[in-house]
Amino acid sequence: MDVAVRYETDLNIKATELRLGLPGTYSSEAQMVPATKCKKRVLADIVDERRSKSNSMEDDDEEAKPATKAQIVGWPPIRSYRKNSFQARKMDVEGAGIFVKVSMDGAPYLRKIDLKAYKGYGELLKALGDMFKCFTIGELSEKGYSGSDMFISSCRRMRVMKGSEARGLGSGL
Amino acid sequence: MLAVDPEPRSNRIRQMASAFPEEVLEHVFSFVTSDKDRNAVSLVCKGWYRIERFCRRRIFVGNCYAVSPAIVTRRFPELRAVELKGKPHFADFNLVPYDWGGGVWPWISAMAEAYPQLEELRLKRMVVTDESLELLSRAFGNFRVLVMVSCEGFSTSGLAAVAANCRNLRVLDLQENYVEDQSGYWLSHFPESCTSLEVLNLACLEGEVNSSVLERLVARCPNLRTLRLNQAVPLEKLANILRRAPQLVDLGTGAFAADPRQELYSKLANVFEGSKSLKSLSGFWSVVPSYLPAIYSVCAGLTSLNLSYATIQSVELVNLISQCHNLQRLLVLDYIEDSGLDAVAASCKDLQELRVFPSDPYGVEQLVSLTERGLVAVSAGCTKLHSVLYFCRQMTNAALLAVAANRPNLIRFRLCIIEPRTPDYLTQQSLDVGFGAIVKSCQDLRRLSVSGLLTDLVFEYIGAHAKKLEMLSVAFAGESDLGLHHLLSGCKSLRKLEIRDCPFGNKALLANAAKFETMRSLWMSSCAVSFGACKLLAQKMPRLNVEVIDEVGRPDSLPESSVEKLYVYRTVAGPRSDMPDFVCTL
Repeated sequence: MDVAVRYETDLNIKATELRLGLPGTYSSEAQMVPATKCKKRVLADIVDERRSKSNSMEDDDEEAKPATKAQIVGWPPIRSYRKNSFQARKMDVEGAGIFVKVSMDGAPYLRKIDLKAYKGYGELLKALGDMFKCFTIGELSEKGYSGSDMFISSCRRMRVMKGSEARGLGSGL
Repeated sequence: MLAVDPEPRSNRIRQMASAFPEEVLEHVFSFVTSDKDRNAVSLVCKGWYRIERFCRRRIFVGNCYAVSPAIVTRRFPELRAVELKGKPHFADFNLVPYDWGGGVWPWISAMAEAYPQLEELRLKRMVVTDESLELLSRAFGNFRVLVMVSCEGFSTSGLAAVAANCRNLRVLDLQENYVEDQSGYWLSHFPESCTSLEVLNLACLEGEVNSSVLERLVARCPNLRTLRLNQAVPLEKLANILRRAPQLVDLGTGAFAADPRQELYSKLANVFEGSKSLKSLSGFWSVVPSYLPAIYSVCAGLTSLNLSYATIQSVELVNLISQCHNLQRLLVLDYIEDSGLDAVAASCKDLQELRVFPSDPYGVEQLVSLTERGLVAVSAGCTKLHSVLYFCRQMTNAALLAVAANRPNLIRFRLCIIEPRTPDYLTQQSLDVGFGAIVKSCQDLRRLSVSGLLTDLVFEYIGAHAKKLEMLSVAFAGESDLGLHHLLSGCKSLRKLEIRDCPFGNKALLANAAKFETMRSLWMSSCAVSFGACKLLAQKMPRLNVEVIDEVGRPDSLPESSVEKLYVYRTVAGPRSDMPDFVCTL
């Protein structure tokens, strides 16, 4: 019967099933919003989700992507109004520049920088220094830097390494 | 509602009460303004009830379905100001289906007949159609104040009707509504004779508004104190508009971006220097940092600053905020980072309210260095801080203990750790102890949102200690019915409880059925509540509406089947008549 089948697949059935397990192991699965249930703004959420996923795929095409998480409906609790307008603007901002991820050995977080915002390598170094200012950045080797355009067009990701590791690397970041 | 008391003392009171002529009592009552006090006055005796209802001018209805328009208009025939709230709070996060309800039409049509003198209408989370706005604009000749927050269902045509017909309009305040944009020329419907505007907030409109029409409107309203533009107003136009209103107290800019041009910068800096009364700034979509120094001259006078749409880095944010020594309210994105919050703690000693929003809420990696440290820093440095909304990706019990110790004066504490069920990252333990410290220390806490890994224990703490807590939001927390039971059997002042994705179920619900008559509402979604239990609750408590919302299909009548969404609220109006077919009141 149609109704019974729907209940079988309805995640809520888990709430009433008997299980062996430690208390506190209740798990709620992420709910994807099916397209058929979409109303105006919910549809916009899905479109934004797809757009942001495709953006992140562009950044990550040279390394293994982190497992894409299913988005939980209504989480985190940000008003749709704020989320929609922010995502649109984020894409405007990112469209204008060339964003690459920068990781630094020993730092717990990644940063994103816009390569277009800096007029030269010197400015870029200074910006990196400011960004990671709680860590001391020693002299960064300028070897291999052969012109800003080529650098910007080919750079996908940057890693700030410890000096000892960088020895012998020759001409590339 | 009358107080019947056989004690002789009350006879004396009644004699005293009726010793004054009605006019005197009315005059005395006119000084009693708060709703709670007014309600108390009306309970003293039959005479006072009668007098009070004729002279009540303002009413606040926190749940539009708790009472019907007919009941309100019958009891209070002389209202001038009405405030209504519709959908439950979780509607903000798309948890309430689009057609659930909250339509304002029945209220406006009832009031059109009963209150031709209506002056003010404030609506939150309601569905407002163009027809409703058109009726409003024609029915109330002295209409002055329209505030709509998080509403939807109307377009710029409805706004055009309000602009055209409300001759004495003082306030048109549109906050975060979804407005269908049909024409930017609706603003032209304000006649040349309209000079009474005091508040004009258009920030939520997406479409373009004619700048010269706007400028002329602003110029002819000398009492305009709040003007919030929308994103579509370019920076080039801001100076001209602002120059027409040097008396402004509250400004929302449009986009704050343009190619760097010296003459535009100077023009802006100049006009801001002339805005000596500015206390509040907002807007700042698309900020180009090199234009920010143009507003430095007003920083010292600012008490409220909303940079929560400004996607600029911490350094630029700090350059601006550290000049705002009188800031009381700050809204900002997590780009500010811990280092920026250190600067806030050092510069903004009068800060009362802080909201930090996530710049990348759906990202998996942490891209900005905003952690529990920033929160602790502000709690330590800002001694007047009483309201916090903080989105972050990591937390510790130690940090929460520090916040609790630093800020026992907290009234609102909403913490959202973005990944559900995140433990204390240092100890891997739950955050029960941390939140427990908050409720034990902050005796005046009225609003709390919890997150992270939490067991039933945190609810025991909250139930026992959060005596003044009125609103609680819970998500992905708890282990069993005991958690919910702790909340419902404690929390003396609880009015609104909203829960999602928690293993709370029938036992706690039914054991505490009477509690729901002391509360405005309960929302539970993706929990463990069965249809049968909801039916039982509805039978036990006839003065509650127990609404079961199930979008998968019609709410099923099998007793064991689990309910997708449950909304329980007290009401004197009985089951509502405007439910869509995926909602049923049991």
